[in-house]
Amino acid sequence: MGLVAFTKREKIVELVDKNPIVKWARAKSPWMLTFGLACCAIEMMTAGTSRFDATERFGMLPRASPRQADVMIVAGWVTKKMAPRIKRLYEQMPEPKWVIAMGECAISGGPWFDSYNIVMGVDKIIPVDVYVPGCPARPEALVDGIIKLRRKIME
Amino acid sequence: MVEEKEVEKKEEEVKEDKPKVELKDELLDELKEKFPGAIIETRVQRKRRLVAVVDKESLVEVCEYLRDSLDFDHLSSVSGVDYEDRYEVVYHLWSYSKKKLITLRVKLSKRAPSLQSVTSIWKSADWHEREAYDLFGIRFKGHPNLTRILLDDDFKGHPFRKDYPLVETPLFNEEK
Repeated sequence: MGLVAFTKREKIVELVDKNPIVKWARAKSPWMLTFGLACCAIEMMTAGTSRFDATERFGMLPRASPRQADVMIVAGWVTKKMAPRIKRLYEQMPEPKWVIAMGECAISGGPWFDSYNIVMGVDKIIPVDVYVPGCPARPEALVDGIIKLRRKIME
Repeated sequence: MVEEKEVEKKEEEVKEDKPKVELKDELLDELKEKFPGAIIETRVQRKRRLVAVVDKESLVEVCEYLRDSLDFDHLSSVSGVDYEDRYEVVYHLWSYSKKKLITLRVKLSKRAPSLQSVTSIWKSADWHEREAYDLFGIRFKGHPNLTRILLDDDFKGHPFRKDYPLVETPLFNEEK
């Protein structure tokens, strides 16, 4: 970007985050925090099975704890009761982190666009990198979304 | 061709000969005898499906009698209904020994719907009544923990009422 790195932290960021080898490593093994909330969770599970193999062949190991995850796949609708918990889980993930919003409900509220208890899209709470449309999103669509996320990580 | 004609004949016979049979059940008669004022009307839907509209004041008595003497030991569900002029609470009771399902309906006013809780009789009524309170606003007297169960604790309003507006509401009801 042409800026001079003054502090040590900025030098580290330049050395590490923009290093093509580090970016390659991060893109090839994004560990996911599966946030399956509703029907898209079923599709995410089938995408992880042997027929589509969306997750394991891209290096996406499922981790239960947010402290060990890089990518959070929000699959399903987010209720207002769940919203502060999602925010807290997102804040618990260490940098660098990305979010995939899977399914119509996570993108924009889906069929519950005029509901009293659903958050209209998870991007009202956390920043989203990749949107995977569909109701439910087909496993192939999730594979497409993961490939796009890998390209985004590689910049 | 022959089969079609036979089927048509059978349909015609059925339509002509079907008399209106009023199904009776001795269980409902027993209930009406024991609680003459409390049971407002009864109906037998099918062979093992009974319906009884019960007065609000004597609901607990009737339920205790049903559980103790008539073996209705399983409360399947408690649900609320919102009609034009009243609320109703519907109890579905199942008897394992007799294999009968009885539906009790209690009519409540729209102003301040409140009812005695049956948690002391069947423990499973606990969460069902909390759901009816959460979504309809029906208060149950004597309930051990009448708080919201499905919605957020500080949610304002009761969404399943027919006059709840269905519009997109802001993200949080209060700023968090």
